[in-house]
Amino acid sequence: MTIEELKIKLTELQPSVTYEEGGEFININVGAADLLSFMQQLRKDSSLFFDYLFCLTCLDWKTHLTMVYHLTSTQYRHNMVVKVKLDRGNPEIETVSHIWRTAEFHEREVYEMFGVNFLNHPDLRLLILPDGWEGKNPLRKDFEDPVNMIKL
Amino acid sequence: MYRETEIVKDFTATGEGGDMIINVGPQHPATHGVLHLVITLNGETIKKVEPHLGYIHRSIEKMCESLSYRQFIYVTSRMDYLSAHINNHACALCVEKGLQVEIPERAKVIRVLMDELTRIASHELWWGAMAMDLGAFTPFFHAFRERETINDIMEETCGARLTMNYMVPGGVMQDIHPNFQKRVKDFLQLYKRKIHEYDELVTGNVIFQNRMKGVGILSAEDAISYGCTGPVARGSAVSCDVRKVYPYEIYDKLEFDEILETGCDSFARYLIRIREMNQSIRIIEQLIDNIPTGDFQAKTKAVLKLPKGEFYTRVETARGELGVYIVSEGGTTPYRIKFRSPGFSNLSVLDKIARGGKIGDLIAMMGTLDLVIPDIDR
Repeated sequence: MTIEELKIKLTELQPSVTYEEGGEFININVGAADLLSFMQQLRKDSSLFFDYLFCLTCLDWKTHLTMVYHLTSTQYRHNMVVKVKLDRGNPEIETVSHIWRTAEFHEREVYEMFGVNFLNHPDLRLLILPDGWEGKNPLRKDFEDPVNMIKL
Repeated sequence: MYRETEIVKDFTATGEGGDMIINVGPQHPATHGVLHLVITLNGETIKKVEPHLGYIHRSIEKMCESLSYRQFIYVTSRMDYLSAHINNHACALCVEKGLQVEIPERAKVIRVLMDELTRIASHELWWGAMAMDLGAFTPFFHAFRERETINDIMEETCGARLTMNYMVPGGVMQDIHPNFQKRVKDFLQLYKRKIHEYDELVTGNVIFQNRMKGVGILSAEDAISYGCTGPVARGSAVSCDVRKVYPYEIYDKLEFDEILETGCDSFARYLIRIREMNQSIRIIEQLIDNIPTGDFQAKTKAVLKLPKGEFYTRVETARGELGVYIVSEGGTTPYRIKFRSPGFSNLSVLDKIARGGKIGDLIAMMGTLDLVIPDIDR
């Protein structure tokens, strides 16, 4: 599907979504509460069939966090980006790891690096950071580590 | 504050129902790096494999946030050090996408040549190391004989043997060495003379085939769901070669095949890499006599500034799809960089394919996943 066709189809699925201009992929903003049902539709709908989550990450905008999901379809080869705005103080979102299994590891990475709490995640534990880590989340913009970090 | 991992410190500990728990790594010759696996065993059968990461985490993504668009490329050589050229290439492409710079034809051809040489070198190291894991020591020397030739070519043109840092935004750092074409042709001759030894030594070996066939089964759906790419996914007949699916540089004008196998087992993943080397040779043969004349670098400003926005590129490294995601606020440094490394996703499937298998086969499975630990940890 082209970007225009995708836009029509996606608005049908979830009328509350908004689009963001710019970038080579179609960018969609979804509310955190709608995410799970929206993602399930993206995966299951036979004309969309987004079966491959190729990138999952988080951005820290200092005022809020944004979860970014890059999706593609191995059948139709169309791509899209789903973005969800999260509260910075208490970020919580539903996991998508049962839809795309690759999200399990990527969400664990986001959990420790950004402090996002994934609800219903099967195994949400530290993956990269050492046990007993008590500092802040390293990839947040206000992270300071006077001992281990070299200022570049 | 955080939920922690439970690392087993008592090495004689037993789990539920008398299961045995074994720590492999972080210092273990078969993990080829500092990978720590906690394996739950029932007798010889694997019940669970749990990777513990972070032993070589350098926080490259955080580091890149304070480096300029010219500087950060050099750090990425240290991610997947076996395909350093291709990592640099991905970053250079992403910066060029933001700057909207068209690079000269000569630079494109040189880049592709270097990428394919890197791919062969990487697969050769994998082949030798994997055979060594399985107990065959000789293949390692055979693989390094050819690999050294490639390293010499790299050294002459790029000045380094492992972390080349040859790709820069706008092209390549310097022109190829006058000997480059001759030495690459010498390498092609050597490779063709010697490649049959690979099959005779390892591929056709009955013991080897018995250890590889029917081991580590990965279905096509699982491969896609777990985000596997590269030879791991293509061994399950998932078409995912970025060079074919989303062509970059001049790959759409070149003749080569995407290798697919339907075996879904360790042997299929092994065959993919062996046959992929021949395709890389095909690409090099098409280009080596046809390097266009002209500039090797486009003119770019001394200080690069990307416009506000998001840029994503993906390339095919020796291990699979590497994605570079740059978020720019319009400054001289990126606001955030995410590297979607192929190894991270390929590792996550290890638990899936190892469950129910035998502990003795685990090393064979890990060997065919071709894990490079700094690529996983970043």
